[in-house]
Amino acid sequence: MMAMTVEFGHYALVLALVLSLVQSFVPVYGALKGDARLMAVAGPVSGMLFLLVGLSFAALTSAYLASDFSVQNVYENSHSLKPLLYKITGVWGNHEGSMLLWVLILVFFAALVAAFGRSMPEALRAAALGVQGWVTSAFLLFILITSNPFLRLQPAPAEGQDLNPILQDVGLAIHPPLLYLGYVGFSITFSFAVAALILGRIDAAWARWVRPWALLAWMFLTLGIAMGSYWAYYELGWGGWWFWDPVENASFMPWLAGTALLHSALVMEKRNALKIWTILLAILTFSLSLLGTFLVRSGVLTSVHAFATDPARGVFILAILCVFIGGSLTLYAWRAPMLKQGGLFAPVSREGALVLNNLLLTAACAAVFVGTLYPLALEAIADDKISVGPPFFNLTFGPLMIPLLIAVPFGPYLAWKRGDLLAVAQRLWIAFGIAILAVLVTAWLSGAERILAAPAVGLAVWVIAGSVSEILSRARFRDVGIATGMRRLAGLPRSAWGTALGHMGLGITALGIVVTSAFQAEAIRSVQPDDNFELSGYELIFKGVAPRRGANFTEEVAHFDVYAGGAKVSELEPTKRLYTARRMPTTESAIATFGFSQLYVSIGEVREDGGVDLRAYYKPLVTLIWLGTLVMAAGGAVSLSDRRLRVGAPKRARQQAAPAE
Amino acid sequence: MTRKQRRLTLIASAGTVLVVAAGLILFALNDQIVFFQSPTDIAAKSVPEGTRIRLGGLVEDGTVVKGDHGEVRFSVTDTEASVPVIYIGLLPDLFREGQGVVAEGMMEPDGVFHADKVLAKHDENYMPKEVAEALKDKGVWQGEKKAN
Repeated sequence: MMAMTVEFGHYALVLALVLSLVQSFVPVYGALKGDARLMAVAGPVSGMLFLLVGLSFAALTSAYLASDFSVQNVYENSHSLKPLLYKITGVWGNHEGSMLLWVLILVFFAALVAAFGRSMPEALRAAALGVQGWVTSAFLLFILITSNPFLRLQPAPAEGQDLNPILQDVGLAIHPPLLYLGYVGFSITFSFAVAALILGRIDAAWARWVRPWALLAWMFLTLGIAMGSYWAYYELGWGGWWFWDPVENASFMPWLAGTALLHSALVMEKRNALKIWTILLAILTFSLSLLGTFLVRSGVLTSVHAFATDPARGVFILAILCVFIGGSLTLYAWRAPMLKQGGLFAPVSREGALVLNNLLLTAACAAVFVGTLYPLALEAIADDKISVGPPFFNLTFGPLMIPLLIAVPFGPYLAWKRGDLLAVAQRLWIAFGIAILAVLVTAWLSGAERILAAPAVGLAVWVIAGSVSEILSRARFRDVGIATGMRRLAGLPRSAWGTALGHMGLGITALGIVVTSAFQAEAIRSVQPDDNFELSGYELIFKGVAPRRGANFTEEVAHFDVYAGGAKVSELEPTKRLYTARRMPTTESAIATFGFSQLYVSIGEVREDGGVDLRAYYKPLVTLIWLGTLVMAAGGAVSLSDRRLRVGAPKRARQQAAPAE
Repeated sequence: MTRKQRRLTLIASAGTVLVVAAGLILFALNDQIVFFQSPTDIAAKSVPEGTRIRLGGLVEDGTVVKGDHGEVRFSVTDTEASVPVIYIGLLPDLFREGQGVVAEGMMEPDGVFHADKVLAKHDENYMPKEVAEALKDKGVWQGEKKAN
């Protein structure tokens, strides 16, 4: 019975390809001809597709659980001694399995739209599911032809090669699924955009139906990127939380474009303006997701030349990329001019602020795009090898974020159509005062050498204070008293809370980034047992090294006691691990958290005399970087729960007039 | 404000942001990118001191000397030329004599390459791509061995 599971999974995948072809053509044809029976095919087929790909994924997982090394993919990435959790997560810790997860999420979103998208016009839904079917077919074909995870080995090896130790971590369990839910999730907004272009009906209602999906994908992408950043921070042992590495940029570009999309769709929904631009953003966001998939999955990053000599996978994804991006942009160029101009607005208005947001976000995205692709292009064309590192991104991305952060608090205060900047400035004076105070305090604490830290901290505090002040001003405590004010706060539309939380989270992340970059302290030492040293007011005492055994590794554990003000506050145990199957060493850092700040220690090789080289950091407020992203995502979730936005909401039900709106 | 003025304002602000962004990108591309050099390049072209480069090659056998406080000295070679390197910090897990390495930093007047970042391959099958290709050019590199 067990022996057949893998073949069954393979078969389910082939069936899924056939069904996805049905999904690609029948509903779209039905939508164009207005044939309700053909359109109705989309729903059940989407459900079936999800079931089949799900079964296929389950089959691969069961091969991992059973350590069935006759399956090449399992043999190359698993080991019978590997802990259970990593047997499961190992399924997507490799190329083939992660592509299967990619497609699983693709069909998952289609099934969600089929199940919860009842409120939208039948034709739009059918056509969008059809377009989703095109993407699904392309990637199923890619898996079956170039990246089949179900290939067998004959004869079956007795033991597997184990998963790359760097990937054996809880972070890997959560990071890729979240990331994929995010950037594959944007496939659905792409499908809606293309469907709307095909049907030629693009109006404010389109934005209302599509915005929740964009919001959902954006939330997952936010969490996925943050999770990846924290994972790199503690696992790679360098204490860095963002490297501007092409793989990171691959997920960050869709995030920037997706964030712009969320904001422009708001204008389209409320004011029927920016329609052409919003549709373009929906197409671009998923195009960037596809580009990211190409960068990560084709091997082009490891070597442009390796890609050229073993081109099967890379060329296939490149072809998918060209067909979908080229095709959708051609369709766009053909159809978009038919759209009528929407509502007018003055430059200083809510719309104007959202346009500014879009300009800055897309410009920042373009900077990341150039920095990521320029080295590849230069190597392919001129054979020059260069590296574009953090200095490039700090110089381009950084300055574009400054006006964005300055503008954020103004946005939600501005009225639609025509705003009054002076009136808004008057309402923001408290937030401004708090920001100035933050500048002064930081300047006083940091002294002259880190003079740039003060305005940067002030900017981050400005964003946080601005969002708090906006939500408080909606309650009008001064006019109505505390009790009524609290009731008003509770009665505010969820989307208002969502906006405030989203912006506050951005400010919190910015604060963490600024403070930890400007004020972190670092020590590089060689220590012998019972040596001690001091770092940012903490005293670390090295107690020596002891060996320890894990399930599939051995490690040498260095023990440190941490004292502050004469009292022991923590113990740290950074280790040097050796994974037995691959004979591969890794460094496991140790982290102690004090408030929002962290003490971070990682060690080099243990010397024969029992001493170690170590690198220790004190990173003030570093956890705010990730807490801020959680707040941002929470803002997305709260917004999503707004009854006017709810995915299945039948109509824009007029609630009894919400106060203060 | 007339419709025309509104549109002009929009186009002007979009233009400004785009020009600023393009300017920043071009400036940074001119100034902030780091070229990859092999020890032979350094010997031949005498890279100007104070220019950030990435030096790639093999860690020469028998040259690794560890000092106090994380100070490490080693030489990077491409079998034709060799460059002494000094680095303070923790070495990557897979830093070994005879293995590929990329060091980022500057040549100093003392003829020693001062690295502030050292990258080694991050698993057994991987070599920094510039190194693999540079060594291929020299005919030294045997190709990626697949562990089987």
